[in-house]
Amino acid sequence: MHAAVVVFPGSNCDRDLAVALEAAGAKVSMVWHKDSALPDGVDLVGIPGGFSFGDYLRCGAIAANSPICRSVAAHAERGGYVMGICNGFQVLTETGLLPGALLRNGGLKYICQTVGLKVETSQSAYTEGYNAGDLIDIPIAHHDGNYFADDDTIARLQDEDRIAFTYTDNPNGARADIAGLLSENRRVLGMMPHPERAADPVHGGTDGQALFRALAAALVNA
Amino acid sequence: MKARVHVMLKNGVLDPQGEAVRHALGALGFDGVNGVRQGKVIELDLAEGATEADVTAMCEKLLANTVIESYSVEMG
Repeated sequence: MHAAVVVFPGSNCDRDLAVALEAAGAKVSMVWHKDSALPDGVDLVGIPGGFSFGDYLRCGAIAANSPICRSVAAHAERGGYVMGICNGFQVLTETGLLPGALLRNGGLKYICQTVGLKVETSQSAYTEGYNAGDLIDIPIAHHDGNYFADDDTIARLQDEDRIAFTYTDNPNGARADIAGLLSENRRVLGMMPHPERAADPVHGGTDGQALFRALAAALVNA
Repeated sequence: MKARVHVMLKNGVLDPQGEAVRHALGALGFDGVNGVRQGKVIELDLAEGATEADVTAMCEKLLANTVIESYSVEMG
């Protein structure tokens, strides 16, 4: 698997994501936001956490309109895989690759802690290393992780089995406890929790490892 | 030419910041504030010839996220 990790000014989880992907066997290229094209042969684009462009205007809004994001959208439209974690999830909703938006946390506070997640579906390259219903512990670190979408969108996500992860104890007010969701073709994943921060025993938890391993296995010949 | 864009969270989208401001006003003794909604104002200094349609396009593309926000444009 060849993965590209996009770096914006203010990204701060780009190296962590690259390390987690490499540990799972991926070849990783870092891509700068001003680049207009992805490297040849990229299977997966990773949009990392952080505070791209200082969260100015809205979290992820400026990044979503950067040159590289046009290539990322084209990659997704061709059926390519894209995963956005935390700020990356915000970028993916701002580009329209995933529905909904991330609002300020209900309690207004930045929250940095390990939370319980329930794996809602194993039907994706990202989640097939888990069983639906598995309970895992993954850290969150965000101020704007309160997922919002209208009732019709939430119902559609539920009907189409596109909710990847829910919070077992909702920390931020997200509708339907949504922590992560999939695109219609199940190849774009956005999630607020950080699996790359639970991918090595020294992190204090390894519940995120299965995500990267499953992804690398699914895309090995992609 | 100037334009002023007002961006507000849509009705039905919970505004926790507005709610916190409402609580703070109550704590200061300002009674009778039934609700507070917090938005933003963006002022644009535009080249001659820019139209309201141009500003509307800017709102749709970048200045507002129409999933959660509504906007209004004031020209001049």
